[in-house]
Formats: sequence, C-alpha cells, structure tokens
Amino acid sequence: MSEVTASRTLDCSGMNCPLPILKTKKEIDQMQSGEVLKMISTDPGSANDMTSWSNRTGNKIVGSSTEGGAYTFYIQKS
Amino acid sequence: MSDTKKLAIIASKGTLDWAYPPFILASAAAAMDMDAMVFFTFYGLPLLKKDLDLKVTPVGNPAMPMKMPFGSKDFQNVNWSIPNLISGNMPGFDSMATMLMKETFKKKGVATIEELREMCIESGVRFVACQMTMEVFGFEKKDFIDGVEYAGAAMYLEHAAEADISLFI
Repeated sequence: MSEVTASRTLDCSGMNCPLPILKTKKEIDQMQSGEVLKMISTDPGSANDMTSWSNRTGNKIVGSSTEGGAYTFYIQKS
Repeated sequence: MSDTKKLAIIASKGTLDWAYPPFILASAAAAMDMDAMVFFTFYGLPLLKKDLDLKVTPVGNPAMPMKMPFGSKDFQNVNWSIPNLISGNMPGFDSMATMLMKETFKKKGVATIEELREMCIESGVRFVACQMTMEVFGFEKKDFIDGVEYAGAAMYLEHAAEADISLFI
C-alpha cells in the first residue's frame, strides 16, 4: 500500500453501522477530486459496506487491508 | 452520479428499537447520494419530537434478546429469558429494558437516535409528518423539531411513485 498517499486520515474505530459510512461521506465531501482518504474501521460489516458505498457514489477504493480486527481503506474522491 | 436514486420510507413505529431502521437507512441513503424522504405516521410521529423519550419493551416480543451491558464478556452474552408474566407486571421493567438497550448500543459504538436524526437533517433527508395522525393523537408542531414538512398520503405517494426503494417500517 506504500504507493498510495493519503492526504487525510479518518479513524472510525469503535463505531458501528452506519457511522463509518456517514463519517466517510462527510470527510470526502470536504476533499478535492483525486485526493485519497485513509479510513480505519473496526466494524466487520464495513468491509462490504464500503464497497457498496463506493460502487454507488463513484468514489474509488484504491487499496484496503485487514489487520487484527482493523480494516483500512484508501478511498479516492471521484 | 447522474441518475439520482430515491428512497421513500414510512416510519410507523416509535419504540427505541424500531426507531433505528428508518434513521439508519435514510442517513446511509443520503451518504450514498440518494434523495431520501421519511414519512412519519401513527406511532412513528413521536420520533420527530424535540425531546425524545423512546422506550422499548420485551413484552409481546419473544425475539428480543435481554443482555446485560456490564460484567465479563461471557456474562454480557447471556440472554436473560424473562417471562412476560414478570416483565409485563413489574413496575419499571420497561425503563430498565430501555436503559439496558441504550447502554448496550453505546458500548457497541451504535449512534443514538438523536445523532442519527441530526445526521439525516444535515445531509438533506426530508422529514414529513402525517397531518391527519397528528390531529388524531393530539401532537403539536411546536413539540416537533424544525424543518419538518406537514402533509398527507398524496405527498408521500408523489415521492414514492418516483422512488427506487420504498419501505414500510
């Protein structure tokens, strides 16, 4: 994931559905097109939810990883 | 996205548990760039009150798990099966069940209804209160939050006719 540089980081650890999606959307709205947001979540449902959110909104997930119950997503604003 | 999707929800229940689905779905829909409207009718109307006092009861709901939000993990996972004969007759049981559910939600990182409602408003979800049921049950506009629209079945149906998703909750 080292080739992706995030300009912002959003930590949604401990939050449950639908908060990670809502917070991500809020953050993305404040960013410029092309910028990348790093979002960390501990909600196991967020892995599929983030994909669906991305498919719907067009903001692309350019990278993701899972480590010890933490899910990290790199989302590029469309 | 050029083809904006539309969500139409009827919120007809006003207990703490059933308050969640309309606000979760409407806020998530807004976060997914959809136009969302929630039409509050009958027992869903109290969800628009400035001061929410939502309660939950296990009476008549055998599927509702009763969990303790404290103690060891094993203890928290115990499902306390309380017969209706007790839960329905013991004064203050609903308040206790409500407190336990609120505490469990908080511990699991679930937003409060107030927070989700606020996020709906922030993201442009439309709230419509059913004028007819307001009059029947004696609800007043001054008790409701700002920004609510007041209308009847036709306004809901106008939106729902164009909606891609339509839910009765």
